[in-house]
Amino acid sequence: MKYFALDNTGKGVLEMERRVYMDHAATTYIKQEVMEEMMPYFTEKFGNPSSVHSFGREARKAVDMARDRTAKALNASGDEIYFTGGGSESDNWAIKGIAQANKHKGNHIITSSIEHHAVLYTCQYLEKMGFEVTYLPVDQYGLVNPDDVKRAITDKTILISIMFANNEIGTIQPVKEIGQIAKEHGVYFHTDAVQAAGHLPIDVKDMNIDLLSLSAHKFYGPKGVGALYIRKGVRVHPLMHGGAQERNRRAGTENLPGIVGLGKAIELAYENLEDSSRKLTAMRDRLISGIMERIDNVRLNGHPTKRLPGNANLSFEYIEGESLLLSLDMKGIAASSGSACTSGSLDPSHVLLAIGLTHEIAHGSLRLTLGDDNTDQDIDYVLEVLPDIVQRLRNMSPLFVQHKGEKYYV
Amino acid sequence: MYSEKVMDHFMNPRNVGEIENPDGVGQVGNAKCGDIMKIYLKIEDNRIVDIKFKTFGCGAAIATSSMATELVKGKTIEEALALTNKAVADALDGLPPVKMHCSILAEEAIKAAIEDYRSKQLVSSK
Ligand SMILES: Cc1ncc(COP(=O)(O)O)c(C=O)c1O
Ligand SMILES: [Zn+2]
Repeated sequence: MKYFALDNTGKGVLEMERRVYMDHAATTYIKQEVMEEMMPYFTEKFGNPSSVHSFGREARKAVDMARDRTAKALNASGDEIYFTGGGSESDNWAIKGIAQANKHKGNHIITSSIEHHAVLYTCQYLEKMGFEVTYLPVDQYGLVNPDDVKRAITDKTILISIMFANNEIGTIQPVKEIGQIAKEHGVYFHTDAVQAAGHLPIDVKDMNIDLLSLSAHKFYGPKGVGALYIRKGVRVHPLMHGGAQERNRRAGTENLPGIVGLGKAIELAYENLEDSSRKLTAMRDRLISGIMERIDNVRLNGHPTKRLPGNANLSFEYIEGESLLLSLDMKGIAASSGSACTSGSLDPSHVLLAIGLTHEIAHGSLRLTLGDDNTDQDIDYVLEVLPDIVQRLRNMSPLFVQHKGEKYYV
Repeated sequence: MYSEKVMDHFMNPRNVGEIENPDGVGQVGNAKCGDIMKIYLKIEDNRIVDIKFKTFGCGAAIATSSMATELVKGKTIEEALALTNKAVADALDGLPPVKMHCSILAEEAIKAAIEDYRSKQLVSSK
């Protein structure tokens, strides 16, 4: 399919292949309003927020405004928000920082088996340092059972870290219930909200969250900047030592334009939250049901309703995810997969295995994550091209023939 | 990530399909590791006169299946057995390092199919 657009000189029309971006869980574009707020902080308002002079004060004011906007989005207060270099840093800081500061109280951490690697590998690192970690299982939809959390708590437990929503299958965890349990047992509760922030309502007070990670590039802000919410009074060691930035808790000259962008992006996201999630949920459900109607032997991964508004994750039997991605890419559609061959490892996604998928089904997974730039025409386009792509790959697959054969002869 | 040749063989694979009453069949890999390849051979006078494949796998797996079948078609069994995964990868203008393991399957699948042919020959010559 082709469409016409102005070329980048603005002079001529250019015939371009149609491109449809459905990988918003990987990253998003920066919205125009966000970009416009950031621009002056690259050039004329470039001051160091720690400087005494007017350039510094101007920069400081911008950081404080971004902090307040972020706090407001989470129902926190400004002095509970710490800017970081992104979601991975926030996760590392929360978990290592709590572990180090509270090891006199205990050495046990509870997390789930479907966390992002930023949490899982941090926990594995702490295990080598003498901490003990419980990796809770999830059910077929990817849900953590709050009773399992309760049962896993011992008198050595210092931290529960359960993600708000999963990046691959989109499942939303019972965060408030887990927060309540953590509170009752006097254990800190951290949640990796990198996929949730800007997409789901979050209230750190109501949900009893002690620490929360977020990352700007998942909600139309810039890459390489994030935040960690740390509830007042929570004991956390720093991850980054050095200067006195972020009230002595996170050293390093602030990423000024990035922080400004994060603040604007999170404010925008929560202003438009209802509209945007209603629109995305409707498109998502039409995409999922459209695929299931048109193609046989497909399964939906994740929970049918407790899932991120823009997340569709499906497994196509008898085919492998990377060849699906390449075929979609040839049609201009950008998606992602949990297959091993896309990750460079031999194992498919730990999340898909944790919800009980066999290896071959996990290899055939496709994640389409929608965002504010997607339209109904994009959904139509995917529904138009996907059946043929799947059929072509199935016709090449020795597994598909065996399956057809069984049906024939049994 | 992939060369143009790889993408060409992925999008327009040569020799896909099955052969009825093949002289040799070989299947290697398993669903656990993500790539499975099945090769069918027709052999006359010690020469591969026809070859077809079916592959479950990534772009590299499908492209190497296609290229490997092209490289051995019309060759003698001895020539086909000398095929290496490196030769297949080179013919595709290279593969990303993490994908080299996918190309080993093509070589192994052809060897397995020839093995199957030879064992059948032994049985029928008895
Ligand atoms: C759930 C989750 N946690 C953490 C991260 C890491 O965030 P960042 O890329 O900003 O370091 C991601 C990003 O993929 C994510 O989806
Ligand atoms: Zn492969």
